[in-house]
Amino acid sequence: MFIANIPLLPERGCEQAAQVDYLFYFISAVTGAGTALVFVLLAFMCSRYRKQREGEQTPRILGSHKLEIFWSAVPLVLFLVMFAWGVVVFDQGFDVPSEAPEIFVVGKQWMWKIQHPNGVREINEMHLLINQPVKVTLISEDVIHCYGIPAFRDKIDVLPNRYVTTWYQPNKAGKYQLYCDQLCGVGHSQMIGWIHVMEKDDYDLWYNGKRPKIDDGPTDGSLAWEGRKLFLKLQCASCHSAKGRAPILEGLYGSTVPLRGGGTVKVNDGYIRESILLPMAKVHEGWAPIMPTFANQLADKSLDLTQEEALIRLIAYIKTLGPGQTPTRTDKFPAPIGAETDPSKLGEKK
Amino acid sequence: MSTDSTSVLAHHYDTMEQQQGSARLGMWLFLVTEVLFFGGIFVAYTAYRIWYPEAFLAASAKLNVLIAGINSLLLLTSSLTITFAIHASHEGKQADLRRWLLVTIALAIAFLGFKSREYYNDYREHLIPGKMFYSVPEGEKHTPAQEFEEKGVNPHHVQLFFMFYYCMTGLHVLHMIVGIGLIAWLYILAKRNYFHHPDRYVYVEVTSLYWHFVDMMWFFLVALLYVAGSRQHFEWHL
Amino acid sequence: MSTMSALHTHGGHAAPLAGAAPSDNYLTDGYTWKSWLLTVDHKRIGLLYLVSVTAFFMIGMAAAGLIRYNLVTPSGMLTPDQYNKVFTAHGIVMVFLFLVPVVPGVLGNFLIPITIGARDLAFPRLNLLSWYLYMAGAFCACWALLSGGVDTGWTLYPPYSTRSQTNVAPVAIGIFIAGFSSILTGLNIVVTVHRMRAPGMTWFRLPLFVWAMYATSLIMLLATPVLAVTVVLLAVERIAQVGIFDPALGGDPLLFQHMFWFYSHPAVYIMILPGMGIISEVITCFSRKNIFGYKAIAWSSVGIAVVGFLVWGHHMFVAGQGYYSALVFSLLSMFVAVPSAIKVFNWTATLYKGSISFQAPMLYALGFIALFTIGGVTGLFLSTLGTDRHLHDTYFVIAHFHFTMVGGMVMAYFAGIHFWWPKITGKMYSDFWSRIAAILMCVGFFMTFIPQFVLGYLGMPRRYHAYPPEFAVLNVLSSAGSTVLGLGYLFPFTYLIHSLFYGKPAGDNPWGATGLEWRTTSPPPTQNFHHTLVSTEMPYEYSLPNAPKPTFSYATASGEPVKEEKANVH
Repeated sequence: MFIANIPLLPERGCEQAAQVDYLFYFISAVTGAGTALVFVLLAFMCSRYRKQREGEQTPRILGSHKLEIFWSAVPLVLFLVMFAWGVVVFDQGFDVPSEAPEIFVVGKQWMWKIQHPNGVREINEMHLLINQPVKVTLISEDVIHCYGIPAFRDKIDVLPNRYVTTWYQPNKAGKYQLYCDQLCGVGHSQMIGWIHVMEKDDYDLWYNGKRPKIDDGPTDGSLAWEGRKLFLKLQCASCHSAKGRAPILEGLYGSTVPLRGGGTVKVNDGYIRESILLPMAKVHEGWAPIMPTFANQLADKSLDLTQEEALIRLIAYIKTLGPGQTPTRTDKFPAPIGAETDPSKLGEKK
Repeated sequence: MSTDSTSVLAHHYDTMEQQQGSARLGMWLFLVTEVLFFGGIFVAYTAYRIWYPEAFLAASAKLNVLIAGINSLLLLTSSLTITFAIHASHEGKQADLRRWLLVTIALAIAFLGFKSREYYNDYREHLIPGKMFYSVPEGEKHTPAQEFEEKGVNPHHVQLFFMFYYCMTGLHVLHMIVGIGLIAWLYILAKRNYFHHPDRYVYVEVTSLYWHFVDMMWFFLVALLYVAGSRQHFEWHL
Repeated sequence: MSTMSALHTHGGHAAPLAGAAPSDNYLTDGYTWKSWLLTVDHKRIGLLYLVSVTAFFMIGMAAAGLIRYNLVTPSGMLTPDQYNKVFTAHGIVMVFLFLVPVVPGVLGNFLIPITIGARDLAFPRLNLLSWYLYMAGAFCACWALLSGGVDTGWTLYPPYSTRSQTNVAPVAIGIFIAGFSSILTGLNIVVTVHRMRAPGMTWFRLPLFVWAMYATSLIMLLATPVLAVTVVLLAVERIAQVGIFDPALGGDPLLFQHMFWFYSHPAVYIMILPGMGIISEVITCFSRKNIFGYKAIAWSSVGIAVVGFLVWGHHMFVAGQGYYSALVFSLLSMFVAVPSAIKVFNWTATLYKGSISFQAPMLYALGFIALFTIGGVTGLFLSTLGTDRHLHDTYFVIAHFHFTMVGGMVMAYFAGIHFWWPKITGKMYSDFWSRIAAILMCVGFFMTFIPQFVLGYLGMPRRYHAYPPEFAVLNVLSSAGSTVLGLGYLFPFTYLIHSLFYGKPAGDNPWGATGLEWRTTSPPPTQNFHHTLVSTEMPYEYSLPNAPKPTFSYATASGEPVKEEKANVH
């Protein structure tokens, strides 16, 4: 909405934005009315009761219990309505549809690195399919950032060492501003980008230009595929296999496991991440605390992979591990999908 | 109200009761702020203790309970002796007052002496967060970090414990030094016959309130840091 | 000084002791540097605060000017690094070195003993120590900010503040030291109000300014130590390079936020409550009416102080603190809004059937009510969970807190300065220029900060050195307004100083105000009163037949005869 070319309200990119706007209108109406009432009363009183004569008599009015109660109770009730409506709108930010695809976002000084599940990586841009709910999991490499999209009326602080999640279901195609909303250093105001919400055809065009279609199992180039490569490179299977030194990871994701020393933990992204970085923190009951930390072995400059990005890939892979799928040997690496596997056709010029 | 009182009554007070009452209220309010000050760091410590119980228990086992016990007795006794000092001042017994103040200071200095020894031991064992935690102490085979790792405990979290240990006990030591300074100042005043007017006992009393607070804080530290849980191994040496 | 024999005083003013020299007041009681820098007189200490606080306000204003200068163009006029340092300096100086100490230090120190009929605060030497601690902390912080700077924002959030290559540790130490000044001033005021009220001055006869200062002091006492330990831990973390809040060591940055906001939210009530107290004094005097709902306003001050301790999490709704925490903090924040609303309605009702005049103190007070109302209601958008997710860390927040702190507190402070200037200095200032300044400030303030509400809802983030071009017009409007506002601030500086040399003598009670301070001379004698007073009546008895009458008239002061005014039938 513009007045004389000055924008007054941001675009709405999703249904939640409209909900936030309605709440905003309500609060504006109530507070606007209250403020206007005060202004009108002030103006009226100042004009009607201005001093006419020096030393004129005024009535000795000390107060009124009834009025006090009235103008305490009415605002309180109105504020509580705002609170309740606010909770309803806030709750919508937590109703993530369980089948929504998950996009990972890594914030680092001073850029956003967006990782789609099929392996597409973007910097400072996020392409979304219209009307498709999508879960976004975010983490920071360094300091606190904040992923803010005014058109979605959503923002979330992105913390180091801890995954946070939010979700969007955009319902209007367009290009929406993305901001970092938490001071993070010199490049804070450069840490901006765009959310591209596209209709199916445009989205497919963009999407297919980047990667082949998805089959069952880790697709070549997808996050899980890259995670498998890391899993093998780091030789995780040397312990996390039938050899019995460490728990089997197949089907582990999403379950609840007992911990050494009491208590339980839900195996989610955060737990897997923590176990890779600080294995001693929460050890599965029945296993010895012998896992070394992999904190210094994950990042790989030659692959342009930071620690958090490597972790995201490993986690994406571990999630897909079903029964019998733990790789047993590291010397045989399956060829990428679509590549030539007939050894006689592999061109080795002698 | 003795006729002497007018000379010790400050210009802005009307009665001695008002002046004494103000001094007491002022000190109590100050102690409330101190409760919040220490309370802040206690809350932070408690949060980490809930999150990392194993590491904190293992780290706590490395603290010297013997020295802590001796220090507790010293400090508790000093709270007793400063109370004797108040009584002496109230009775106008100058020599007793001076003696009890000196005894209190001596006990406090003894506390600091044992505390220094404890800190020195910690230093020798390299139980200091940072680089030292990852270097081998003299006469040992493993770094503290390795020792804890072998026990299956996260060395980072142990260092967090020790950060709190040094900050909390360090703040306490600073408060004790200030307290010693205050009691020493009372002693100097007593030597100058300042407490010849019995009405001035209130200043010994409010100083003792501060001192009791420091004492109480010590017991909170013992409870939080030293006896964090059951232990299989006691540090029982000087 | 005789104790119990007393002179009952209702209206009028206490006559000076026979034989006392007419120029015998606290200003003339010694002219040496020592007599000022080693004074234990609460009035002189109040003036020491006035001078130093004004100096820091100017530093903060200069930083504000640089901020608006930078934002005149979308690509920023300063470098990003300079900009980060400038808004950090603005925040730290304005919050810790101006807003928190100003009213307790200047008006609280000066007035509280007089208004309750005492000769000084409970601990005069502690009072002087408070000022020196304030100066030490302020110098430490300013050194850190001006030599190299700090770029973390006044909120000092780790992990960025742990790793930033700027002077975070010295500024943390400076804040720590200045915090002790705050604690000791609060302590002094609480003990004074409890123990040193004149005979007959019961709690419910206290002026509402004293109630407000008492509530403020409770917060200063209880909240500041938590800030102290937080900045100590931050400084230790930086110096020792070992984490308490650093996630790399298993620390939690949210713990810092909780500890920081546990102080910093009550701190905003430290900043506003004294202002509200001032408004109660001014509105009653310039409408010649009793305050509407004395007890309601008194209790609401304490209520704001208490509930204000329970709402800090509303600064962290999107920070990751947990769903149920967010719910509780949002609900409690709704409760803390109610006492402020009560006050606004009570002040408005006080005007009803009054006899209202519009000198500068009243213009500032009316401006306060208008601007604080806007500031207060915009807080509701932020305490409501659904809208805060959109508005957090945007210019909406900036506009909200500037409306309450500048449109509110600074206006109230100026109201107080203009109201009590005659008492403090014995001189009157220019009526014309003071009214112009008040209006200019209001207009400039509106122009500066209303566009920022719009910018905030559009999503423009805080602390942005550069911004997308579509925000340019609103930013330019805001910056233009800030020049008007800055001009407005210059006016009092000139005419108030001018009045020191050329102002007409004010007399004991130029405004005809109730309150014990107006029953002594202007300026007061060092011992505040020539007699011990006994309070026998409620405050603000402007409607009784024996109400005090203004003794100063601009008309008569300039030598022109007073015009006969038409009698008005009420």
